[in-house]
Formats: sequence, C-alpha cells, structure tokens
Amino acid sequence: MDYTLLFVQVLNGLQLGLLLFLVASGLTLVFGILDFVNLAHGSIYMIGAFICASLTFVLGNFLWAVLVALPLTGLVGYAVELLVARRLYDKDHLDHVLGTFGLLLVLDTLAHMIWGPAGITVPLPAWLDGQIELFEGANIPVFRLLIIGTGLAVAAGLFWLVNYTRLGMLIRAGASNRTMVSALGIDIQTLFALVFALGAMLSGLAGMLISPITGATIGMGGQIIITAFVVIIIGGIGSMKGAFIAAVLIGLIDTLGRSFLDSLFELVMSENAAETAAPAVSAMMIYILMAIILAVKPQGLFPPKVR
Amino acid sequence: MKKLLGAALAATMLTSLAQAAEVKIGFVTTLTTGAAVIGKDQEKAVNLAIEHMGGKMGDLDVNLIFADDGFKPETGKQVTDKLVKQDNVDIVAGYIWSHVLLASRKSVLDAGKFLITANAGPGPVAGKLCHENFFSSSWQNDETPMAMGEVLNQKGVKSIYIIAPNYAAGKGMVAGVKRTFKGEIMGTDMTTWPTQLDFSAELAKAKASGAEGLFVFYPGKAGGAFMKQYQQAGLKDSLPLYTTFTVDALSLPKFQAADFTDVLGSQFTQQWDPTIDNAQNKRFVADFRAKHGSYPSFYAAQAYDSIFLIKSAVEAVGGDLTNMDGMRAAMKSASYPSVRGEYTYGNNHMPIQAYYLREVVKDSDGNWTTKIVQTVYDAHQDIYAKDCALK
Repeated sequence: MDYTLLFVQVLNGLQLGLLLFLVASGLTLVFGILDFVNLAHGSIYMIGAFICASLTFVLGNFLWAVLVALPLTGLVGYAVELLVARRLYDKDHLDHVLGTFGLLLVLDTLAHMIWGPAGITVPLPAWLDGQIELFEGANIPVFRLLIIGTGLAVAAGLFWLVNYTRLGMLIRAGASNRTMVSALGIDIQTLFALVFALGAMLSGLAGMLISPITGATIGMGGQIIITAFVVIIIGGIGSMKGAFIAAVLIGLIDTLGRSFLDSLFELVMSENAAETAAPAVSAMMIYILMAIILAVKPQGLFPPKVR
Repeated sequence: MKKLLGAALAATMLTSLAQAAEVKIGFVTTLTTGAAVIGKDQEKAVNLAIEHMGGKMGDLDVNLIFADDGFKPETGKQVTDKLVKQDNVDIVAGYIWSHVLLASRKSVLDAGKFLITANAGPGPVAGKLCHENFFSSSWQNDETPMAMGEVLNQKGVKSIYIIAPNYAAGKGMVAGVKRTFKGEIMGTDMTTWPTQLDFSAELAKAKASGAEGLFVFYPGKAGGAFMKQYQQAGLKDSLPLYTTFTVDALSLPKFQAADFTDVLGSQFTQQWDPTIDNAQNKRFVADFRAKHGSYPSFYAAQAYDSIFLIKSAVEAVGGDLTNMDGMRAAMKSASYPSVRGEYTYGNNHMPIQAYYLREVVKDSDGNWTTKIVQTVYDAHQDIYAKDCALK
C-alpha cells in the first residue's frame, strides 16, 4: 500500500467533498426550510462561475473577482426567488420540479447567449498556481488546499450562523415548523428571500472555486446538482450537519473509488476487464450508498428533529 | 375539383423539379452544451466551404440543413432519422462523437443514402460494419494515437501512464497507443464521460506510478480542464505529457487569454495542420481567419473537406444524384482538393494519409497556434481495413 498516494487521494476526496458541501448546504437550506425543490440551484453554481470568470479578466485578480462575484450571485439568487420561486412555494413538489427545471433550461441558454459555448479558462495568481510539498512525494496544488480551507471555514461559519445567531434560530425554527414561526410575528417572506440568496451565494462560491480547475462551462451545474441531491438525501433533508458529513463521505468514496477500485478488481479479474469495470462501478458507488442508507434510515443520517 | 387536383399535381411536380435542381445535405454536429464550441467551428467551416463554391455543386444549388445531436447518442439518432425521413436529404455528413455516429449510422445507410463522417472514426465502422455508402473525411480513431506511440518510441520514452475517457473513442485511443508503443504501460485510468472534469485522483495515481510519460485523450472542454490541472499539479518536468485531440485551435485562444504558458511547446499528432502548404489549405485558413478572427480547428478542416468531397461526387455524375455508383466511385478516388493534401481511400473508405507531429507555437502576430515538427507516417492505413468485406 502506497501511503503517500493514499494521503494525497484523501485530500483530493476531502476537497471534492467540501465543494459538494457548498452546493448541498444551499440546497438543504432551501429544501429543508422553504420545502422547495430547486433544480435550478446548479444553474446558480454555473452563473457564479461565469460571473467570477468574467470579473477575473476585468479586475485582473481571481480573489478580488470572487469577492465581487459573491454578492452579485446573491443578487441573482434574490431575483430568482422574487420572480420565480416565491410563486411556487404554495404548489406541490411536482410543480417545483417543473418550474425550476424550466428555469434551469432558461439560465443555461442565457449563459450560452451571454458567454458563448466555449466556456472560460480562469487564470490564477502565480502564488495560487503552484504546489506545496507537504512531505516527501506529497505535492499538493496550492489552490486545492485553498478550496479545502475555504470549505472548512464556510462550514464553521454556517455552524455558527445556524446554532448561535438569531437568524440561525429562525432558520432552525422555520425548518421545524414554518407556520408557527410566521404566527409568532416573524416576516417569513423576508426570511425566505434571505435564505434563498444565502443558498445561491454558497452554490455560486462552489462554482467560482471549481472554475480555475475545470473552467467555467455551460451545463456544469446539471452535473453537480444530482450529486448534491444525493448528499442531502443521505445527510437528511434540512440538516446542515448531515450535509457536511454526507458531502465529505461522498467526496471520499468517489475519489478513493476512482483511485483504488481498479487495483482491487484486478485481484479477481483480468486487467482489461478491471479497467473498464472499475470506472463504471465507482460511478455507481455513491448511488449504492444512497440506496443502502435509504433502506436503513429513510430520513437520512441526521434528520432535523421535529417535522 | 378536377381543376384543383390538376393544379395540385402540377404544383407537386414543380416542387419535385425544383428539388431535383438542388443537392440536399444534412450536417449533424453539436450545437448546444459546452461541446457546441466544436459544432460551431464545423458550422463555420461548412458555411465557408459552401461560400467558396459559390453555393453550387456543379449546376445544383446546395441546400444545407444543420442538426444538433446535443452531445447524446439518442438525440443524434433522432435528428438523423428526421433528416433522412422527413427532410429526405441526399447525403448526411458530420458527427463529432464516435458513440453518436455508431447510434446513427444505420438510419442513414439503411435508407440507401451516403454517410460522410467529418470526425468520428470508431473501429467498427472501419472494420466489420464498413459500408459501401460510408466515407470518412477524417481518420480512424486508433491511427492518431498509434502515430503518438511511434513518436514516444523515437523519443526513447520507456514507460507511460494512460488517462482517457470511458467511451468508444477513448477506448480506441488507448488501444491505438498501446499497439505501437514498445515500452511499459504503468497503468490505465478510464474516466466517466463526459461528466468527470476533475482529474485530481487520476493525476495523483499517474505520478505515483513512476511512469516516464503521460498519454491522455480529452477532446473539447475536458481537454482544457485537464491541461489546467496538469499544470497545477506541477508535473511538467517529472511526467511529460503526450496527447491526441486534447489541445486544439478551440482551446488555444482560451489558454492564451488566461496566459497559460505551459501549453506552449506541447506536442501532439494529427493528419492536418494550418501550416500545410497547398492552395486549398491556404485559402481555407486565410479566409477562415479573416472571417472569424481565429485559426480553424482540425474539426473545421475535416468538415470543410467533407463538403468538397461531396462536391467532387456531385460533379462527377453531372448532378444526377440517382447515379450512386458514379458518386461512390468519385468519392473513392479522393480526387478533390483536400486541405491536408493528397490522400487515398482504403477498401473500407477510410483515408490512407500522412500523420504529423504538431507543436504549439506563437505565430508572427503572437497568436498561439501550431506548426509541424515532423512527419510520423507518410501514408498510414488503419488496422481494421482487413475486417472489412469491401474490395
């Protein structure tokens, strides 16, 4: 067993998991508190990436671009809430799905019209573009460490926000019993809009952070949103803690599966068969995990206490 | 009533006459999703080709219909069916993706129409599934990586690690390089296609394998993502990169905008380059650049060729599109001016052509483009030709 490789892959998995957490946290907030299924959440992820990519060229620095793009993405989220989501809260989940799927197509096409089909390669400042040797043989790109750091910081910030602030108290109360919160005189509409914009910012941040790695591209949101749904289902819908643990779990399973499954398969089958079977099976593993967890704990690992 | 019927009949006859005065070509490519950047480049090249022939093939007007495969085999088959059955085109061309071509080929060939692939070249269509009405204006998938395998041997590379997407073309690329490369293969990773764009795990494995070189195939936007991550992983000196179809004229302007200098000097194999010295290529590259402000990609070059290939067939039969034998013979002779220079067709209607090693350089204006470093094969034929029953 190559422990250096294992260590590097665990870090890679952690980085993927934390990115997933950023997307899933916004999704679980909106799904848990507003009881609103938002398929267009992934489009916000894409729009965040594109806004940030454009701003990187205008401002000349990726980090400044992120700082400016964050509130802009929040505004996009607010606009989506105001124009589309707000009208759908009273309807059932099927209407949410139809409405936000339509929105997803509109936003994808809009991005295609504004930024073209080519996508944008995002340059990083030189100090972020290199690698650090953590110990002999373990070179990690600096930027991936930055993603891990940002993800952990956001997770800590959200933990503080949800557990120790008045807004967090309202969010938790809203997740438990929406009607009661509004009966107590809380302006539920503003609270919802705030939560929606916060979710959009989190999702947008994930898009911004991935764009220097994969580029900002059309349709990037459609791929991550499915995995984000798997995360919140495993974690328990509405639970921030659940989203965090499930996201890291899925990041690790996906990365380690891609890394070591083929060597494992080669023990029992030919090299060629293992090469073909391993990627197929490792792509399935997170869904297998979801099926198992749904069978054992249908509410997910950490369901919010009162529903 | 009789009068009306007569008028209707006359009208139908008139339209069928009008139809006879044109050649109807369906061009299937990708016009939506992130891969649309490839389709748009082909669209530009096809339109330029039509413009260069004055909108006519012989005496016939060209009626061109573009169709979008949405980067999906099932959609590709649907739009192909529509072109064949509803639009009743004479010839279907295009197809960027091997899995789309494999799903769609039967619809065209069963209807007794010509099918010209302008990019995809999976093994089966060159071998067992070859067809008298099928032609390629590109290459068979295995050939370009086979040329790269030869280059690796010449450079004295002793071992490589391979990363490629897990679909028809990816498998062909891997098979191709393995066939000619004489050194050791330290490992092969096939990744989920087209969704996986983060290759951190695979790059870490490649590095840990201790291989002397890294061979990859990532067409379209995945190529840009891969190159970026390869740079971020800092592997340029310890694990040199050898690619096919990963760096192209579509990604180079993006790399240049992001000042991603590591890509300069990177090498890959191909059957075409914008610097190839012949009148047709010069005109194509110059007019493409004048019109669109960027170098054409190899996707564009092959699409441009496919239209001129069709033109040569239409003119050989004097516009009589029912004379399919005549058209077939004309295409088989490859007597049209190709931008890659002269080539011939094998029994399976795949090109027997030269392959070059290309390198990314700056042109005299500072634009990032490519030049030819050496010729790897003078006239290479794919290995599936022997499985093809055609003579």
